[in-house]
Amino acid sequence: MSELYELTAHEASKKLASREISARELTESALSRIDAVENRIKAFITLTPKNALAQADAIDEKRTKGETLPPLAGIPIALKDNLCTTGVKTTAGSKILYNFIPPYDATVVSKLLTAGAISVGKTNLDEFAMGSSTENSGYHTSHNPWDTSRVPGGSSGGSAAAVAAQEAFIALGSDTGGSIRQPAALCGIVGMKPTYGRVSRYGLIAYASSLDQIGPLSKDVLDCALMLNAICGHDPSDSTSTATEVPDFTAACRSDVSGLRIGIPKEYFGPGVLPEVAATVRAAIDRLTELGATAEECSLPTTDYGLAAYYIVAPAECSSNLARFDGVRYGLRSTELAGHIGLTEKTRDEGFGDEVKQRIMIGTYTLSAGYYDAYYRRAQQVRTLIRRDFDRAFETFDVLLTPTAPTPAFGIGEKSDPFAMKLADICTIPVNMAGLPGISLPCGFVDNLPIGLQLIGKPYDEATLLRIAYTYEQATAWHKQFPKLS
Amino acid sequence: MALTPEEVRKVALLARLELSEDEIAAQAVHLNNLLLQFETLKDVDVSGIEPTSHSIPVYNVFREDLIVPSLTREAALSNAPEQRDGCFVVPRIVGEG
Repeated sequence: MSELYELTAHEASKKLASREISARELTESALSRIDAVENRIKAFITLTPKNALAQADAIDEKRTKGETLPPLAGIPIALKDNLCTTGVKTTAGSKILYNFIPPYDATVVSKLLTAGAISVGKTNLDEFAMGSSTENSGYHTSHNPWDTSRVPGGSSGGSAAAVAAQEAFIALGSDTGGSIRQPAALCGIVGMKPTYGRVSRYGLIAYASSLDQIGPLSKDVLDCALMLNAICGHDPSDSTSTATEVPDFTAACRSDVSGLRIGIPKEYFGPGVLPEVAATVRAAIDRLTELGATAEECSLPTTDYGLAAYYIVAPAECSSNLARFDGVRYGLRSTELAGHIGLTEKTRDEGFGDEVKQRIMIGTYTLSAGYYDAYYRRAQQVRTLIRRDFDRAFETFDVLLTPTAPTPAFGIGEKSDPFAMKLADICTIPVNMAGLPGISLPCGFVDNLPIGLQLIGKPYDEATLLRIAYTYEQATAWHKQFPKLS
Repeated sequence: MALTPEEVRKVALLARLELSEDEIAAQAVHLNNLLLQFETLKDVDVSGIEPTSHSIPVYNVFREDLIVPSLTREAALSNAPEQRDGCFVVPRIVGEG
């Protein structure tokens, strides 16, 4: 260990608390790392080094006065650029918000500020979180730190790349169909989508409101737990955030899986998944059974319909959510004068990228008169069946284990067919449709590219996911490997 | 039942997207491809199945009708492309043409 940026957040937190290092030193280390690698990674849309150093000094001053601070106080983090930050440009990866400076903070952002975490910047994403590679960003494509000719995954690809490249200790992402877990897998780090309702979505620029959930991307499982502790909980500003009790997630991080029952849904190991990926994940299952868990095959028969149902439900919600971008209250406004409807149409045509337009179009169509029952209602019924599959499996198993993504990171520009791109999310989408918690953690390499396994849990049972993930992680060394960038 | 360019134009109007002729043609191809993928859902027996709109039970949430601090007018207008007298400026809607 030679540089501070190589620490995990929990290691850095201890050194900060004991005043072995200062928040300024830690932040300067992260900023120097950003200076050294960001031109190759392009994880960020906006960097905020001045704010970060000012915050670091404020934290150091508090510690000098003898104040005891929360574990994340002084830890440099990164925020996906669809999370509103007061006074800091927030684009959601879209040209239509190229100049948007939010007048308020997302609830997760204000929670992190209160906890003393230090944001070094806003990370790149596919426009409005619609995509699996960051190639749909209105700004630039981020690069996978393990092989910069490849994508980092998406949509939270900037957040995943920033953590894997050690430009930030932890990052926040959002996950609608896999947008935290899939990039975490492709970048060889830990990523969790909490149960729908665990984390307030207030101030998250919405994609599909019934599926979106904010969560952490981190170097290891304990860091994931630290971040969950900081962001979970009911928020009066989000009526879908629930009042369910929030445990201390770090307490779940203990090495013990004895007696835990792991279900292996066979549909997730089918022909759509690269055989080398399936073999890597199966080896991890063997490791977990050696450690004391039991594993048994099971079936989630509606799985194959998840993708089609998702591509009705999510665009329908997106077409409604994105109606707010009309060139009147914020963001881009077309300079062509064309009356009220014309101004809206021109602004949206100029401001939205192709993928976003496609999703708005299909969503508008499936919700329009005459087609609602055939598409939207049927997709929602399939959603019920997907949830029932999971409920039935959880009568027998504590968790389910699958690959996170069907392949390792693919090349930039490789997936020109939009439907081929959508297949990147086949293993993660059903989890959002059912509102369940899911975590991805590194479990090996194929052709020197990281592979992730996904654990899926019962509603609000993030603790069991963390426990199994931690046990596996501590028995392996995948999480200690980082890409060699210098 | 493939969508015609005319139908695509109608959807674009509903979606408030001014699409060029090239975009209309491209969208028609894309939408028809997606609709083809959606056909697979017809294989699922959904008779008698309740639709799920949210994965958790979501009900109306009420609070007391109290005045609490919120965005100031200045903050709410701070991103407006055009504003005047404390209001957003929009193109003339009534009495056009």
